[in-house]
Amino acid sequence: MSRAILYDSTKCIGCRLCEAACAERWGLPYDDKVAAEEKLSAHKLTAVQTHGERFSRRLCMHCEDPTCASVCPVGAFRKTALGPVVYDESRCIGCRYCMLACPFQVPAYTWDSRLPVVKKCDMCYERQQAGLATACADACPTGATISGKRDALIAEARGRIAENPGQYYDRIYGIEEVGGTSVLFLSAVPFEQLGLRTGLPREPLPLLTWRALSYVPDIVVAGTVLLGGVWWITHRREEVAAAEAREKEEQS
Amino acid sequence: MTRLLRLTVWQWIFVALMLGGLYAAYVRVFYGLGGATHLSDQFPWGLWIGFDVLCGVGLAAGGFTLAAIVHIFNIESYKPILRATILTAFLGYGLVILALLFDLGRPYRIWHPLVMWNPRSVMFEVAWCVMLYTTVLALEFVPAVFERFGWQRPLGWMRAVSIPLVMAGVILSTLHQSSLGSLYLIVPAKLHPLWYTPLLPLFFFLSALAVGFAMTIFESWHSSRAFGRQLEAPLLASMARVLAVLLGFYLVLRFWDLGRRGALARVLENRTESYLFILEIALLLVPMLLLFRRPVRLRPGALYACAVMVIFGFVTNRLNVSVTGMEAGSGVHYVPKWTEVMVTLAIIALGFAIFRFAAQHLPIFEEEAPAVSGRPVRLAAAGD
Repeated sequence: MSRAILYDSTKCIGCRLCEAACAERWGLPYDDKVAAEEKLSAHKLTAVQTHGERFSRRLCMHCEDPTCASVCPVGAFRKTALGPVVYDESRCIGCRYCMLACPFQVPAYTWDSRLPVVKKCDMCYERQQAGLATACADACPTGATISGKRDALIAEARGRIAENPGQYYDRIYGIEEVGGTSVLFLSAVPFEQLGLRTGLPREPLPLLTWRALSYVPDIVVAGTVLLGGVWWITHRREEVAAAEAREKEEQS
Repeated sequence: MTRLLRLTVWQWIFVALMLGGLYAAYVRVFYGLGGATHLSDQFPWGLWIGFDVLCGVGLAAGGFTLAAIVHIFNIESYKPILRATILTAFLGYGLVILALLFDLGRPYRIWHPLVMWNPRSVMFEVAWCVMLYTTVLALEFVPAVFERFGWQRPLGWMRAVSIPLVMAGVILSTLHQSSLGSLYLIVPAKLHPLWYTPLLPLFFFLSALAVGFAMTIFESWHSSRAFGRQLEAPLLASMARVLAVLLGFYLVLRFWDLGRRGALARVLENRTESYLFILEIALLLVPMLLLFRRPVRLRPGALYACAVMVIFGFVTNRLNVSVTGMEAGSGVHYVPKWTEVMVTLAIIALGFAIFRFAAQHLPIFEEEAPAVSGRPVRLAAAGD
């Protein structure tokens, strides 16, 4: 059963211990200056954002049908059976289509490197494989971020809304967005007030390009028949005309 | 020394652009994409993709349209300009690949799509089509080289495979010209509604066809000026007529689609997107209206002006999709860095220089005068 992360914004106190734990796990520098950056980048794979009195987290959403995995020409991204979407930098050619396509604007690039790579959260894949919680969930002192099985986390989130209906906005972000994600959000206010992108299609985005791509075999077959047919007709006409001309010549 | 300094203005410009391009290449290699571009995590595709790749591939579309007209539809009167067009297309694709080497984060892995497959990816399909089509173009052009050196046997082999090659070229072009539009189907939430539509692949294909004709007219004019070849006026006029019909069809479809999606009102908004949309449409609509008039089609100067407008309209469209339309959705304003502009200019200059060199040293332009009316040059000879 696939793993997921549940982030409950109402429990978050903005302590940024998740950021520090994430930086440590990736071996990235973390200090006050990095802490003050409230956006994702190649050196900050999760970011706590302040929205008035509330907090929100940004990290890879680990889509059920990831856009990045579908657009990558060399298959550098993969949705694992365990849930995390992982990136294999040895395949990456650096076309950055994943960055353009990601509906959550997550993948970041090491722009200043001579051998650049894409950086994004991998939901602590190796920890998950060992049955451990993610580093951010482990570090969270209030239980605002917890990791576990997706079904169990959805049940947990529904339970919290049912128990305290006044405290929560009555929806779970990540159940339907672009076909569902493995990171789920709970909030006291509508999600756009937390800086989350709302109004995303319910269907996975890869379907949009797949619809166009699935015409490729038809175009190849129809194109061959059509072009071959036209060629045959136009050249046959010429042959006939030439043959008739020859006959005429022989008669005269 | 004095001989060295006796270069024409154009040659000086060329040398300057090459030196600038080399310096920009140095910056790109040693300071990475971060040092050489204004790209960011929010705006990962800029001028090199928007202009060098999207426009480059489109402007080379004359190659497959004209090859189909001559070899498949058997309209031989267009044959005199076929080679020049194929050469431009081949050069165009070569330069697109050169630009990609600048743009890719890891250019030395450009071959990865050959062995690492992802058939769900539009980019994967584009990579394969561009690779195969560049090969096709090379094979279509190589007879000119064989003729130059008088190699008869390989010429015979090429003649035997020429029709399947042309067919493969047309199909591959149809696929990737439209797929460049499909690339943007994945960003419904980012691309501005004036351009985002499920019909993007069709629009990219139709506009590529149109600009293929416009480029053929454009090149024919320049070749006639540079090499003293006669501009094949009646041929270009009938091509211009097809171009006008094609543009009309394309524009009607664009506006029908805007209406269908309820985006028509956005044309009149007081925003940069709307102004650039209007500019794009005007640059296609004006030449269309002009080209429907016969006197315009028969005057080389007016015809050339129309072709230039269509080319600018096409370039505006591609830049609108890749830059203008993507800015609001990604929340940043992108202006290319001087290195990006320099590389682009150097690549264009290189294209002109190689074309000139090839045109001077290879049999690009046919020796015999082009047939003026209809095609039956050979038939008439056989019938007499």
